[in-house]
Amino acid sequence: MRDEVVANMADVMVADAAAKIRGYLRENMTAFQDVELDDEDNIFERGYFTSLFAMQLLHYVESTFDIEVPDDYIILQNFSSVRRLADMVGELKASAGE
Amino acid sequence: MKMAKCVVWDLDDTLWHGTLSAGDDLVLRDGVVNVIKTLDARGILQSVASKNNHDDALRKLEEVGLAEYFLYPQINWNSKSSSVAAIREKLNIGIDTIMFVDDQPFERDEVAFVHPDVETIDSADLGGMLSMPRLSPTVVTEDAARRRQMYLEDQARNEAELAHQGASDEFLGGLDMIFTISRAKGGDLLRLAELTERTNQLNSTGIQYSHQQLEELMHSPDHDLWVCELTDRYGSYGKIGVALVEKQDDRWTVNLLLMSCRTVSKGVGTVLLSFLLNRAAENGKRFFARFRRTDRNRQMLVTYQLANFRVVWREGNDYLYENDLAVRPEYPGYIKVKIDA
Repeated sequence: MRDEVVANMADVMVADAAAKIRGYLRENMTAFQDVELDDEDNIFERGYFTSLFAMQLLHYVESTFDIEVPDDYIILQNFSSVRRLADMVGELKASAGE
Repeated sequence: MKMAKCVVWDLDDTLWHGTLSAGDDLVLRDGVVNVIKTLDARGILQSVASKNNHDDALRKLEEVGLAEYFLYPQINWNSKSSSVAAIREKLNIGIDTIMFVDDQPFERDEVAFVHPDVETIDSADLGGMLSMPRLSPTVVTEDAARRRQMYLEDQARNEAELAHQGASDEFLGGLDMIFTISRAKGGDLLRLAELTERTNQLNSTGIQYSHQQLEELMHSPDHDLWVCELTDRYGSYGKIGVALVEKQDDRWTVNLLLMSCRTVSKGVGTVLLSFLLNRAAENGKRFFARFRRTDRNRQMLVTYQLANFRVVWREGNDYLYENDLAVRPEYPGYIKVKIDA
């Protein structure tokens, strides 16, 4: 029972992270404005990503969710979609014991 | 000690005799104009940290013909350390490359207390400044002599960017950027050596190369030495990037990739890398890149790892990446790329 509550809490956290990241992408990349953006969409294919934007996104994720993304998490796989980013946030939060 | 990139000046009793807010008759100190103009010609940036009424002080600086020499002058009633921090952020340079000149020991100590890496100068030592080693670069490149001009152009861009409402990539689209990639020529080498010395954030290894080493590499049949230049509608950023590729049989290895920190906000960091990637793919080569993690170059790590480079070897902070060339990157739409191979 308790485990289930914890699992649900984690789901809520990831869903919340996904919503925030989606909002950030929409606000900062023209390619994501006024179009459907599903959590599974490959954001690298949909909009051109510069390393500058990747850095901004990284800063946004770190400051919004109060995490530090280690070097070996900075891979295309973790940044390719809203869902993947949110999952990464959840994982880093969990490993920080929250 | 690192060469200084910026000298921050106090005004009252440092630049001129007298106190502006006390209504004194202000007279420029002997030799100060020569020091400012000479530092400027050496490619050293200058700014102001002064406790004064902003508009009055700026008017005075214009009156004496010195206003144009100072980038992002901080004239306010805040601590000098916070003014120095603001200048550092605007110029996007390391705090350890700033020197601060003030006549008051209190102000020098306050800055040194908050920023131990900032070297302070007593304004009584004005006469000796031009012979200080940190202010005396051995060579002054063409790009260095234009440095202040380039920052002023940057200031104009930044103001336009602040006024622009909307996505940042949309703003970049309006800059009409042209990115030219060419093989390094003899005349580029001093600037390239300087770039390897001055660039920290977007630098794949942090290894410095001398003019002589670069000259050998330029002539080496086993290496390609690329240089890039960026212009936009506000002017030229000059030579802002370098790539050194070592060619061995079926493998090409990027031994050095760097982009000047002045272009970080322009989203051009991946252009040179995309060019190299496409070229390796066209030539049927395997493509590797060396990387040395420093405490400053996280953005370079992000650039590589999000461009599909995977770590194939690692020892401590030294990495070797490989890109399988499965994805051929395109250049961003807002930038025109010219290749002069």
